[in-house]
Amino acid sequence: MTIHVSSVSTLSDGGFFATRAASAVSVIASNAPVSVVGITKRFKVGGPPAVLDASFVAAPGGITTLLGPSGSGKTTLLRIIAGLETANEGIVAFHGEDITNWPVRARGIGFVFQGFALFAHMTVRRNIAFGLEIRGASEPEKRDRVDELLSLVQLEGFGDRYPHELSGGQRQRVGFARALACRPKVLLLDEPFGALDARVRVELRDWLIRLHETTQLTTLLVTHDQEEALELSQKIVVMNAGRVAQMGTPSEIYDHPASPFVAAFVGSANILRGAVTGRTARLGALSVSLPSGSPEGAEVQAIVRPHNVRVERNAANNAGNTTATVTRLIGLGAFVKIHLSLSATQDITVQLSRGQADELHLAVGDQVIVDLTDAKVFVGDYSI
Amino acid sequence: MAEDALQSVGMGTGPAPGPARTRVAKVTVTEARPLRILLIAITLGFFALFVVLPIAAVFVESFSKGFGEYLAKLKEPDSLAAIRLTLLTAAIAVPLNVVFGVAAAWMISKYRFPGKSLLITLIDLPFSVSPVISGLIYVLMFGGRGVLGPWLEAHDIKIIFATPGIVLATIFVTFPFVAREVLPLMQDQGSDEEEAALTLGAKGWRIFFQITLPKIKWGLLFGVILCNARAMGEFGAVSVVSGHIRGMTNTIPLQVEILYSEYDNVGAFALASLLLLVALATLVAKQIVERRQHGQDGQSGKTGT
Repeated sequence: MTIHVSSVSTLSDGGFFATRAASAVSVIASNAPVSVVGITKRFKVGGPPAVLDASFVAAPGGITTLLGPSGSGKTTLLRIIAGLETANEGIVAFHGEDITNWPVRARGIGFVFQGFALFAHMTVRRNIAFGLEIRGASEPEKRDRVDELLSLVQLEGFGDRYPHELSGGQRQRVGFARALACRPKVLLLDEPFGALDARVRVELRDWLIRLHETTQLTTLLVTHDQEEALELSQKIVVMNAGRVAQMGTPSEIYDHPASPFVAAFVGSANILRGAVTGRTARLGALSVSLPSGSPEGAEVQAIVRPHNVRVERNAANNAGNTTATVTRLIGLGAFVKIHLSLSATQDITVQLSRGQADELHLAVGDQVIVDLTDAKVFVGDYSI
Repeated sequence: MAEDALQSVGMGTGPAPGPARTRVAKVTVTEARPLRILLIAITLGFFALFVVLPIAAVFVESFSKGFGEYLAKLKEPDSLAAIRLTLLTAAIAVPLNVVFGVAAAWMISKYRFPGKSLLITLIDLPFSVSPVISGLIYVLMFGGRGVLGPWLEAHDIKIIFATPGIVLATIFVTFPFVAREVLPLMQDQGSDEEEAALTLGAKGWRIFFQITLPKIKWGLLFGVILCNARAMGEFGAVSVVSGHIRGMTNTIPLQVEILYSEYDNVGAFALASLLLLVALATLVAKQIVERRQHGQDGQSGKTGT
């Protein structure tokens, strides 16, 4: 089978990269609540960079997520924005003002930590009031604001408890209330649900969406959980090995990944690999025709999401079709996951709705025809 | 054998053991009954012979000529001077070591810098080196033929064979107690809470007093108790720099040794009993603080749902 690649997908947010190259000043002048230009951080002089030339602009009033695997530099970048780390190079600007060298306390940020970082020896009330106390708020002021926040995070009646008397989810809500107490201009969340179990994570995700609707604060969220990122964000900045791999809306990232890394990291994906030979590439059972000028021998990857593979019993012999054997069927409620083998060494996973699967009457060992025309093909790191 | 008695309650010259942090696990008996009785008998017998008897002996000897004689011995001018000097030494050494210890622990646990592991190792030096050497270091530094000796002499500053030398030697010997107690606590707790305070607008001193200090207070108190016990009981290092001038440069342990070697048993044991009381009070205080510390550990568990 052969796939003819005709459309050339563009790098999302490519326009931003172009202007950044022109000058950092234009980005700062953009007046966005948070913008970051060319940040590089090395923990050891001459050592490997934790963050390398990272730039992005946060969605004003929205949630912008820094998404990446562990070690991709996303937390370091967030801590640089907070002022908890200093960058070796680059600029952090809030509302068009260069704050790269400002102390943490002058930045007007609220920070929520993965490990909660609540003050263990203080009650919930005193935890939330800590920032107000520093700013010299009067007793009645503090009481009113704390009451307001306790109701915002739905912890009325918990004010006199100590952190160790609360559940993980409750502790993190105190963390949010404490971060919001001094009315920050920007809310920074470092894996806020990372220390919680799966059920609480999902609950708090919905809770955060509602909280954000109330506060409308420009928020930066760091997470390695792509589901969390896709569900919560207006904008996603995917990071890999210290660099920004791609940025855009969740659907741009999911539907038009700019690199094999992004395609594989965000959402599940089948990856077929091969190399350029002339104007075609053989990826096992799949053959891809390439535009001229593709470098000989370069790695070619075809990436297709499990729900973008069509499975049929009988089909017209179309260019993107190939035969496959069903090796495993897993029912997952509304969906059925099917493991198919294209050849001895090539397996893919397909996801069908239960209805589709029932119509096909599949059984292990059956021969089927799969249609891979939706595969995205990358030569090297570039999409074609 | 006043010194033996002191050593047996942990106030002698050997390194003090760290606090027992492990909790007693549920016991399962696997030995046969006779073996059990034998083991218990050996333990108790050993304990009675080497700990209880010597301690009892100190008090019996102290009061052998009645309570009046005991008090009279304590009130002798030389003994009073020794008590005063010991208290003064502890009063200077302990606060300084609290400051140094907390500062060192803070630096090691919060910052990355070259030579950090060397510094951590050096903190233990006073524990690993013989106290005599600890004293000699200062003689070599400040003594008449020492590095700074001539300069000090020219400026009429007396360090060796005087109170400053005793204080310096004591500080050196007792330095690790506070740092060793506080450092693991600070390393365990990380700096999340301090960073949280920073993002909420707090500055250095407020962060230290409102966030860090409450987290380490029981460990710190524990270190202070041990540090004080050692500062009052130190013999070896102080003996080298003291010069043993009666009524001037003798601390309690030195005075005990002198009185004992002059066959003034009642005088020696009366003074020794004071150190012993400090030791017993230390053990009680240590026990209380340890319990509080465990209570606090139980509270500060970070994860959970």
